Amino acid sequence: MMAEQTEPRPVAMRPRMKLHRAVWPLLALAAILIVSGIVSPGFYNIRIVEGRLFGNLIDIVYRATPTALVALGMAVVIGTKGIDLSVGSTIAITGAVIAWRIQMGDPHLVVLMMALGAATLCGIWNGFLVAGLGIQPIIATLILMVSGRGIGLLINLLYGGTNPSFESALLQGLSTGHLMSIPTRLFLAAAIFLALWLIIRRTALGLFIESVGGNAAAANLAGVNARLITFVAYVLCALCAGWAGVIMTADTHTSDPVSVAMYIELDAILAVVIGGGSLAGGRIHLGMTVIGALVIQALTTSILISGLPPEYNLVVKAVVVLFVLLLQSDNARRAITSPFRGRAR
Amino acid sequence: MHPKTIFGGAVAFAATIAATMASAQTIGFSQVGSEGDWRPAFSANMQESAKEFGIDLKFANAQGKQEEQLRAVRAFIAQGVDAIIVAPVVVTGWDQVLREAKEAEIPVFLVDRDVDVEDKTLYVTRISADFNLEGKLAGAWLATESKGTCKIVELQGTTGSAPAIERKKGFEAVISQFPAMEIVATQSGDFTTEGGKKVMEAFIKSTNNLDGICASFAHNDNMQLGAIQAMKEAGLKPGTDVQMVSVDYVPAIKDALAAGEANASVELRSAVGGFIYPIILDYLKSPTELDKWIVIPSDLHTAN
Amino acid sequence: MPAEPAAVPRIAMRAIRKAFPGVLALDGVDLALRPGEVHALLGENGAGKSTLIKILTGAVRRDSGEMWLDGQPIDPGSTGEAQAAGISTVFQEVNLIPTMSVTKNMALERAAGRFGMISWRKAREQARAKLARLGVDIDIERPLGSFSVAVQQLVAIARALEDNTRVLVLDEPTASLDAKETTALFSIMRELKARGIAVVFITHFLEQVYEVGDRITVLRNGRLVGTAAASDVSRPDLVSMMIGRELGEVERAFSEKDAMAAGPVRLSARGLGRKRVLEPFDLILRQGEVVGLAGLLGSGRTETAKMLFGAISADAGELTVMGTPTRNAAPRQSLRAGIAFCPEDRKAEGLVAELSVRENIMLSIQSKQGWLKRIPRRRQDELAREMIAALGIATPDAEKPVGQLSGGNQQKVVLARALASNPSVLLLDEPTRGIDVGAHAEIIKLIRKLCKDGLALLVASSELDELVAATDRVAVLRDRAKIGEISGEQITRDNIVRMIAGDDGRAD
Repeated sequence: MMAEQTEPRPVAMRPRMKLHRAVWPLLALAAILIVSGIVSPGFYNIRIVEGRLFGNLIDIVYRATPTALVALGMAVVIGTKGIDLSVGSTIAITGAVIAWRIQMGDPHLVVLMMALGAATLCGIWNGFLVAGLGIQPIIATLILMVSGRGIGLLINLLYGGTNPSFESALLQGLSTGHLMSIPTRLFLAAAIFLALWLIIRRTALGLFIESVGGNAAAANLAGVNARLITFVAYVLCALCAGWAGVIMTADTHTSDPVSVAMYIELDAILAVVIGGGSLAGGRIHLGMTVIGALVIQALTTSILISGLPPEYNLVVKAVVVLFVLLLQSDNARRAITSPFRGRAR
Repeated sequence: MHPKTIFGGAVAFAATIAATMASAQTIGFSQVGSEGDWRPAFSANMQESAKEFGIDLKFANAQGKQEEQLRAVRAFIAQGVDAIIVAPVVVTGWDQVLREAKEAEIPVFLVDRDVDVEDKTLYVTRISADFNLEGKLAGAWLATESKGTCKIVELQGTTGSAPAIERKKGFEAVISQFPAMEIVATQSGDFTTEGGKKVMEAFIKSTNNLDGICASFAHNDNMQLGAIQAMKEAGLKPGTDVQMVSVDYVPAIKDALAAGEANASVELRSAVGGFIYPIILDYLKSPTELDKWIVIPSDLHTAN
Repeated sequence: MPAEPAAVPRIAMRAIRKAFPGVLALDGVDLALRPGEVHALLGENGAGKSTLIKILTGAVRRDSGEMWLDGQPIDPGSTGEAQAAGISTVFQEVNLIPTMSVTKNMALERAAGRFGMISWRKAREQARAKLARLGVDIDIERPLGSFSVAVQQLVAIARALEDNTRVLVLDEPTASLDAKETTALFSIMRELKARGIAVVFITHFLEQVYEVGDRITVLRNGRLVGTAAASDVSRPDLVSMMIGRELGEVERAFSEKDAMAAGPVRLSARGLGRKRVLEPFDLILRQGEVVGLAGLLGSGRTETAKMLFGAISADAGELTVMGTPTRNAAPRQSLRAGIAFCPEDRKAEGLVAELSVRENIMLSIQSKQGWLKRIPRRRQDELAREMIAALGIATPDAEKPVGQLSGGNQQKVVLARALASNPSVLLLDEPTRGIDVGAHAEIIKLIRKLCKDGLALLVASSELDELVAATDRVAVLRDRAKIGEISGEQITRDNIVRMIAGDDGRAD
């Protein structure tokens, strides 16, 4: 702490020697795609079918979209040193609201607004528990995680619920439609990403969230309204999940609260972590989080295509994810490479 | 399905029958819980059709807990019911309470799931659907439709679950009889629409637009509905290009059958009271040795 | 100091030295404990008390120096070793588990040390016996948390006492006890003393030192200031030993400051206070004036500064900033009103370690503007550059995570954040805590300069030198109450010490 004069030198050297943190997840993504290309011939083929791009690579981006949206919201919440386990339930509620209101004959644009409104309410609830009552995030969001799917079922029951399927040109257009051969959901996701990026990086919200996550007491003394910031983070997260819910529900044409987006919170947290986020909070990496979601989906799609018996799916996924996380961790890389380095010297 | 209209009439009818019967039988029914949508429908049907048969049904919901279920069975024994129906939460741990029922000379009938007891005489019989049979029915239908030549993609249920294992076994048992029938790709869609759609999308890519594929067999309708959407989005015609056969017969698949996008669905019945109660009532009238497993027949529904 | 008796001391520590990365915690400290005495160990935060105790009890290894127990050289490598040798400790944060029963708590330490079975019957007998030695009779099957803090303290002491205990260290045992409980504890301490145990008593309550202590050792900044019999040291001398050099040694460093005319009133507090935190006080801060807050540890220095900033809300009194009455409900409102605050504990309350120097500097001015109006990046870079240059923050660039800077530079970043918000009133709590001598002088100079530039400053400090050197007026606190103010020529060590010590300064 005292030796001020000696400090700057080693510090100045460091950044140049350190690779950009995006390198490792991108490397993992490339590795997964290369292995898939070898295992499944024709993996990279892309053609146009029914006026839309068609191929495994497109599938990866297409299927990664909902997870990526949820993960973006999760990244914001994790930035505050929190966590939101209820995103799957938020999606279930969003889907149930969509099927219900369409069955009731509301205009579909209104239905979309109501669905996003329902998601926002979920976020307000979580934000109230965490920021208002000061309940630990993992406990606070567990409440909605456990009850949310039941709420979805109750909404289904409002109209009998035996056949909660629906058709909607607007919603399915947003989810499974295409524009200039490109899936519309990619435009939608890009727009949401941009909006979130603007909110986080072009206003001071990102700085405030990161300061609250890094050191809430210091942020408070520096004049940041830590409670309000935390609250806003949960609302943003739920809104992202709501959009994912719109895409997923329109995709399957049905409201299935029991099983829709099962375990998506885990994939989302994983995407944030693969993207270099720390559960200790204090940093938000939006772009990297999207890469994290792509890594997970590339892996899932590759396993599906490979013809591997389904019993192995989860094991293979776990092994690869572990490998990616090790690759990403400075400490693990050092531990792996140091014996070799030692010998070389 | 419109259970209300059907049962509404039945209740009135049952009331008249009940009035004419000399003495109503009292039966205790210990149900697993109320998970999913199939089980509540099953519970409702058991209660409704009990009235139809003039049975005084004591219904106990175990909320998924065996200790709750044991307590309910002992309560039934104490009340001196005429028969006990159990839908077991788990397969083990039943010897003691079933022996108590036997000592009280109350016959026990199992529905839905099985129990694992050393002394098989502790219960009269198990009355349930046969997942294996459902798979066989689907396989047999497909063999007939395709005249014994067919490359199949399979959408499995949740890996390791009993219906997934048994439906797969039954299906394979039939198609193995036909050398030209073959499952070329199989993956788990976790019994969900979302899962079925994702898996079918992958199949479409890995089989070059389902080139040469003649059928899709899904372990439940939800996955098949997802597969139908995936195929439509890829410009394929489900039901025409590819034969679509699945299990459950939920309302949404009826619409798909009507639209020609699905070809067949094996019904997993929830309205089984009408099948179960006569067996029990006959047994109570004249106790005879029954088979240890009475299968509730499954029907295969097609588009026409 | 009286001549040491010829008897072998129970504990003798000589020329103990211990350095942690970047900090010299102990520099050649001696300590001698006699059998059957209560020895008070005094010093402000960071004086080295806890490090010395940790070395004595084996929690930390010394770098150099020697240690004897009853004439035998010892070098305990763990608390277990020290305990086996007869040196026991009751730490400040009582490390007991409130949800477990008294018996289990007392058996825990022994059970944790070895594998195998615990005989609960035996554990109960031992617990009862140990408590009986202290005259404590409680239901040992009840969870510990159901007893008062005082009883918990006694349980902790009972647990620490073995048959062979020769030295018992009590780290701030009275911090959360009321007067009656404290008296009870003291009578137990006297009993232990009578059994020939050397009791080390760490506290910052001076009356208690005089009430129960036989001898006193004072540490300051890792050095030994002195050891003396309690009856030989007056209260002002003791205060002076703790927070300043000898009386009258240093004259005021800045004579020109006297010439400076104090400007208009920037902040005025009237009867501001909060129950059980701070007695109501009056305080006025003027433009171009540095006001010091003096007092011992726990006297309410930090609380006063935080209350003016709204970080601790007041339940009485009124606060006027720039002539406008404010309800200082939260720091962000105070910032908008033109008050800035630099907290004492940089790590816990000052900095967001992962964020860059630039982001840390920006935080207050940005929160003053609100989240929507983000300060453009170019302006941020400019501001960070200005601040780095103005305060001489040694960092390779503004994007370096602030956690990687040295202590002095971190302190400057906290200061830069406060200054960037363009305040008219600046509250500094221990601005020179934990930084080296060079940076210390720089920061004092900076404080004077800021004052000249027209700020109203409040400096809370435990260092008399600092207050004498830098302030125009000093408010003195004792026991969470403001007891007076001195200004101009009156600001001398002597006067401050006398006020802190209270009365005319005779030990009782």
